[in-house]
Amino acid sequence: MRDLQYDVAIIGGGVTGSAIARELSRYDLNVCLLESAEDVCSGTSKANSAIVHAGFDAASGSMMAKMNVEGNRLMEQLSKDLDFPFRRNGSLVLCFSEEDMPGLQALYVRGVENGVPGVRIISGDEARAMEPNLTDEVVAALYAPTGGIVCPFNMTVALAENAADNGVEFRFLSEVTEVKPIEGGYELSVEGKEPVTAAYIVNAAGVYADRFHNMVSREKITITPRKGDYCLLDQEAGHHVDKTIFQLPGKYGKGVLVTPTVHGNLLIGPTARDIDDKEGTYTTAEELAEVTSKSARGVKNIPYRQVITSFSGLRAHEAGHEFILGEVKDAEGFFDAAGIESPGLSSAPAIGVYLADMIAAKAGAAKKEHFIATRKGIPHVAAMDREERAALLKERPDYGTIVCRCENVSEGEIVDSIRRTLGARSLDGIKRRVRQGMGRCQAGFCTPRTMEILSRETGIPMEEICKNRPGSEMITGKMEEV
Amino acid sequence: MTYHDIVIIGGGPAGLSAAAAARKAGAQDILILERDNVLGGILNQCIHNGFGLHTFKEELTGPEYASRYIAMVEEEKIPYKLNTIVADISADRKVTYINREEGLVTIQAGAVILAMGCRERPRGALNIPGYRPAGIYSAGTAQRLMNIEGYRVGNEVVILGSGDIGLIMARRMTLEGAKVKVVAELMPYSGGLKRNIVQCLDDYGIPLKLSHTVVQIHGKERLTGVTIAEVDANRTPIPGTEEYYSCDTLLLSVGLIPENELSRGAGISMNRVTSGPNVDDRLETDAEGIYACGNVLHVHDLVDFVSQEAALAGENAAAYVLRAKEPAAAAQGRKVPLSAENGVRYTVPQILNLDTMQDAVTVRFRVADVYKDRYISVYYDDKRVSKKKKKVLAPGEMEQVVLKKSSFAEYPDLGKITICTEVE
Repeated sequence: MRDLQYDVAIIGGGVTGSAIARELSRYDLNVCLLESAEDVCSGTSKANSAIVHAGFDAASGSMMAKMNVEGNRLMEQLSKDLDFPFRRNGSLVLCFSEEDMPGLQALYVRGVENGVPGVRIISGDEARAMEPNLTDEVVAALYAPTGGIVCPFNMTVALAENAADNGVEFRFLSEVTEVKPIEGGYELSVEGKEPVTAAYIVNAAGVYADRFHNMVSREKITITPRKGDYCLLDQEAGHHVDKTIFQLPGKYGKGVLVTPTVHGNLLIGPTARDIDDKEGTYTTAEELAEVTSKSARGVKNIPYRQVITSFSGLRAHEAGHEFILGEVKDAEGFFDAAGIESPGLSSAPAIGVYLADMIAAKAGAAKKEHFIATRKGIPHVAAMDREERAALLKERPDYGTIVCRCENVSEGEIVDSIRRTLGARSLDGIKRRVRQGMGRCQAGFCTPRTMEILSRETGIPMEEICKNRPGSEMITGKMEEV
Repeated sequence: MTYHDIVIIGGGPAGLSAAAAARKAGAQDILILERDNVLGGILNQCIHNGFGLHTFKEELTGPEYASRYIAMVEEEKIPYKLNTIVADISADRKVTYINREEGLVTIQAGAVILAMGCRERPRGALNIPGYRPAGIYSAGTAQRLMNIEGYRVGNEVVILGSGDIGLIMARRMTLEGAKVKVVAELMPYSGGLKRNIVQCLDDYGIPLKLSHTVVQIHGKERLTGVTIAEVDANRTPIPGTEEYYSCDTLLLSVGLIPENELSRGAGISMNRVTSGPNVDDRLETDAEGIYACGNVLHVHDLVDFVSQEAALAGENAAAYVLRAKEPAAAAQGRKVPLSAENGVRYTVPQILNLDTMQDAVTVRFRVADVYKDRYISVYYDDKRVSKKKKKVLAPGEMEQVVLKKSSFAEYPDLGKITICTEVE
């Protein structure tokens, strides 16, 4: 048998791939993760609703339902172990007419069947008492106290960092172009780089998962990018609602959600348009208008003049609307984590455990003796109390130089985001780790300084500093000396 | 807790002028807190000339103008801290700042002068549809990258918004060899100064398309182009008017927002039109002893007016702390609101104290649209007390009227002062 480089190769460094990598790193396995972008969290994981669903949505008995409820349950401890922001703010599904009550009732029943704790139907007035900005149109709501919100960037980064700390090798800018069965495993062709061989493959490629699945299996699957536009509002608007507010799909179609984020902004969206382009993360005027008009039905007086950015994300919608998890029948050793659309973020912790255990069993791998179970996030000085902050500043004076004024991000935090495990190599990478440029000026003031710090810390020349992947260079050169 | 008579938040043109004036008025214990690594604020990156015509009767560049005020501050040995960001101001004038050397420090101020300036409106606030590639800059960010850091930001440029920074950058990038293809302005008029349109666009043959906006952003990694369309009277794009421009850079000059997070944190009442604090004729906010001046109060067109206004804030803050050391002839008196009406968007100040006002108070304001052959009128209650004909009034230019204390003698029970435009 020929020597394979790795026991397991994971395709895709989104939240799903990173969660699987982290759970696999508990085992005595030689694992690598291949990501086409320059950083983890660069596809679907970076542009979504950032919520942890309670788990009443998916059909009872489905993998979606199981993974969602279990992922929700695991999230709290995981967020503590890996130090990423998560808050159980609860969620409401709004019902706007008596006609639609059976739909709300069905959702409640499904919630109970799926094992969602504490789910109950409340009246419109009770809902308005909880959330004073709900409209008078609301006649009833499904309340799920276990709904939550999470930072998808920090969650993904935390999972990936912890996996790397436990020995998983991350290869960035490594786009897999071909998967070929070889003796004892698979060979992955990588664009512009040496091929990679591994005994087991995990397909966590998001909107591209059908491409890789279909390379090894006769039973084809189709993943359609389902585009959703969002508006993000200033932190001044962040208290407009406290819970995540969904709308019950009714005769007006599917609504949009309104939710606070863990960082105190208000997020509204998404729309849903099936498109062909797997990189089509563009917003459209029609969809942004749809976000505004639909949200107004459930939540009144949303201060849209406080929008600080809009963005679009792609959900990896599989034709059967189900997570495809497990070994592909006609491709031994090739494991899918495909069709991971909503509630994928909520489910990631459970999917990680589920697939890692399955692969470890197949490989006959034992658990490591010295697994590092925790990871500490980058300190955020602005959120610290006075004493804590003063103590930190004594040790690390660069935490006292504020670079991003809107989000109060210090030079020390930016330096940390670059220097630590799987450190940032692009401006977006820094932004997702420490929120530099996430605020109301949208990096107007801090871009030049952040570029300098990134260049200084990494040795990347200023002209080659990118917003994200190569091709997104920020500047075109030095000015000629006069 | 350390005490200072006057703490000035911001060492740009407003803060520097306020400091110099406060010292001249007798305040000894002044401290300037500046977040950047040099004094001078945004002037440092404004390397074009045209500054100081009113103040110094000569044409200076931004850094030259700043250096005059920095020299005053240095000569007077007024202390300042650089790389120092203010984290919090309280209504009772405790100022908390943070820097590398001292960490987190809270000081007590006798008076505070808010001089934090403004920031640019970002792309997100406009909700321009499309991708989010590199190459989209607010005009001031590009200006900094070029003029301070020495980098070229792009080769083919489209500019959205005809604010002054956008106009200046159109010329600047042209001189650096970039091709500026068009400046698109949503409104039917420019938001910038007339002289900048002539000197920065017309002289270089750069087209200005009024009533046009960017409706689509193209390019996944770096910008590859934008689609521009004409808008109707409701500022809605007109289908069929779309035109594609290939470009690697889009500069946004779509408005400035006073940076008042600290003011709001102190609970100071804010004006919805200016996005700055409401102030009286001494530029005092509704928090006693806290003054505001410059672009944090309202966005100015010329730095000369910032300096004038800030000097007034400095003098008044000095008077406040000096007065506090003797029994106060406190700020009672008849306070009359100023009302901006019929084409006048706002006034600064918003409140006039008839008893304690100086002999003459300059009221600054902007108009809401381009008007031709209109009067600027002042009413005391229902009586028109002055009118002045203007050939052209434009939102891009700040206007002013001067109110004399003597003129109020006949109005002991005045309830309201109105500033408005009138056709006749």
